[in-house]
Amino acid sequence: MEFTDPKVVASALAEADYLADERIAQVVFLADRLQKPILVEGPAGVGKTELAKSLAVISGRRLIRLQCYEGLDEAKALYEWNYKKQLLRIQSDRDHEWSKLEDDIFGEEFLLTRPLLEAIRSPEPVVLLIDEVDRVEVETEALLLEVLSDFQVSIPELGTVRASSVPMVVLTSNNTRELSEALKRRCLFLHIGYPDAEREKEILLHRIPGLPATLADQVARVVRSIRALDLKKPPSVSESIDWARTLLALAVEHVDEEAINGTLHVLLKYQADIEKTAKELELAAG
Amino acid sequence: MLDLLTDFIAELRAVGIPVSMVEGLDAMRAVGVIDVGDRQALKATLGATLVKNSRHLPAFETAFEVFFALQRRIPEGGDHQSTGEGGLRTESGPGRASGGDADLTQSVLDALLAGDLAALMEAARRAVDELAGMEPGRPVGGTYYLFRTMRRLDMDQLRSELRSDLSAGIDPDSALEKRLVDEEVESRLGRLRAEIEAEIRRRLVADRGRESVARTLRQPLAEDLDLMHSNRDDLRQLEDVIEPLTRKLAARLARRRRRRREGRLDFRRTMRRSLAAGGVPMEPIFRTPRPHRPEVMLLCDVSGSMATFARFTLQFTYAMASQFSKLRSFVFIDTVDEVTRHFGPGVDFAEAMIHIATEAEVVWLDGHSDYGNSLERFLERYRSEVTPRTTLIVTGDARNNYRPARAELLGDLSARTRATYWLNPEPRSYWDTGDSVMSRYSPYCDGVFEVRTLRQLEHFVEQIALPGSGIRPSKRAQLGLSTGR
Repeated sequence: MEFTDPKVVASALAEADYLADERIAQVVFLADRLQKPILVEGPAGVGKTELAKSLAVISGRRLIRLQCYEGLDEAKALYEWNYKKQLLRIQSDRDHEWSKLEDDIFGEEFLLTRPLLEAIRSPEPVVLLIDEVDRVEVETEALLLEVLSDFQVSIPELGTVRASSVPMVVLTSNNTRELSEALKRRCLFLHIGYPDAEREKEILLHRIPGLPATLADQVARVVRSIRALDLKKPPSVSESIDWARTLLALAVEHVDEEAINGTLHVLLKYQADIEKTAKELELAAG
Repeated sequence: MLDLLTDFIAELRAVGIPVSMVEGLDAMRAVGVIDVGDRQALKATLGATLVKNSRHLPAFETAFEVFFALQRRIPEGGDHQSTGEGGLRTESGPGRASGGDADLTQSVLDALLAGDLAALMEAARRAVDELAGMEPGRPVGGTYYLFRTMRRLDMDQLRSELRSDLSAGIDPDSALEKRLVDEEVESRLGRLRAEIEAEIRRRLVADRGRESVARTLRQPLAEDLDLMHSNRDDLRQLEDVIEPLTRKLAARLARRRRRRREGRLDFRRTMRRSLAAGGVPMEPIFRTPRPHRPEVMLLCDVSGSMATFARFTLQFTYAMASQFSKLRSFVFIDTVDEVTRHFGPGVDFAEAMIHIATEAEVVWLDGHSDYGNSLERFLERYRSEVTPRTTLIVTGDARNNYRPARAELLGDLSARTRATYWLNPEPRSYWDTGDSVMSRYSPYCDGVFEVRTLRQLEHFVEQIALPGSGIRPSKRAQLGLSTGR
């Protein structure tokens, strides 16, 4: 489908079970128009990765994912020569001249494409998700720059590989470190925070079929209340979805102190947080 | 539009948001493909292209509201007749006919109850019309008008009516339900406040022009806030940035440490490895250097105005505790006490500071700073625990209330430490004015830093936590050489 208008984007995303607010839809629309990557930042579990997945669904493109981690290098992000195959090739015909052979073994046949190169070489456009980009070292970030701004990869032996189709790129970051200016400059920036109570309720209703509206409303409000506390790890959207599922499964109709007390561990992942919340919300000791 | 954008970018830069030229061009290109009439779309577009750090978003919002204030989002169906008469009726004083007032309060309440944004905006517009009493050209800030409108709207009554209406049909005994209702009330009132604020800002801009309003609203970013003179709102902002700042700093330090390879040659392992190559040492192997983690002692002045500064220094340093092998903290006013036990991971620093204020024995005579006596007591009690591995950090303004400075005591201490630093939250130009005796102490320190903002604090911690930093010729302090920058 084509992104003709931010509203079209929003409604398409909603059909793919992703409720985007105006801002998200607008940035996605811009990214598509300007052919720029989106850098999505925000706390864990607010649906950053989900956005990329939903984009792939609505545009009918393939999703190529590059999960970043400390120590990620060229060979794992861009490309690698299949040297075992190259060795075999050299051994299999010893009679040929070296110069001919050299041309031979640095050909497409011996190239192992990694996510970035794959995204660029794909004949039909794809969605490229570069997940948790803040985990790689600053030096490795530089690997991404060429891909992100010019959509090309330089391989010394082959020359420059240009994109046959422009991929839609989504980078996510948990903001554990400052990304380099060079990277940020090439991207559109999108900060996704926790949704307000109304939107969270909609998300819950959308994601959990059969959830009563009153329960969703209560869950959203209790979660908002808990997020306002000063916690180590405030509950994310995915955790509030889990929680609502739990309550539904337990056939809780009305969220009261008892219900919260019994299920707080679904929402919060630190004992200190659970204790603090119980104290603040004046739940009976449990 | 082009001019407007250029001005807007200049304003962002003036606030301290770095906007590069490429980003400016991107913004202009982006504006070309969107519907400029749609204010939200414009905001999202400019936000995505110009601001690349979530900490800068609040400053961006303020600037945007001012610059694009005149592009009103007009809700359909609002009656505009009140605009004309509004100005006339406004200044009739507090004892005016209550009919209009009650009517207005009712419509605000209705809008709040319905949770309808368009109605709320209309109500906010009317409220500002009738209650703010804005006078063209009068040089007062928006806060003044906001305060005035809010007071006349009678927020307490709105709050209680809203509460009683929302709590209909809930269990009155449940503390949880009550809390949820209260939060809902506050969230709606907050929205009303925001609408009124926006309305006032729009009018101010229409009156005075956007540049001048933007200038009055300009606020420093949280990391540039003055630590000594921060109000409660500022403190909350500071709290919020401390955590990400320290996390990033720790990550940066850890990475730099790992990269360093300056260990000595490991001869045995190099020879062993060389056997594989027929005795040729192809690959030299180095000992990995043991990461140096300094032992830190913090000595903080907690008298009066210094308390806030001490708190943030403590909080920041404790957040960085993993970078140090040991961290002990002492506070003093006119005598000194150890407070290490009050801090640790997961401690609420605001609470801990209250504990300290009540429990620590820091007052000996009259509760005015006495650096001389505090140093003497410190030496008396902890002399043996200050070792050549210790990095001593003193924080305070060195305002000694005209008491003996006894700087030689600091010299004595300093000679025992690995390094001694002094952090002073006052601007450098104030040092040695009045009762400040900074220059008496500075010769005995390896560094004297002006630390007025979190940014400066971050910079300082980065310096001392790095390996190889602070290695000094131990005689330097004794020779009386100053390294104050």
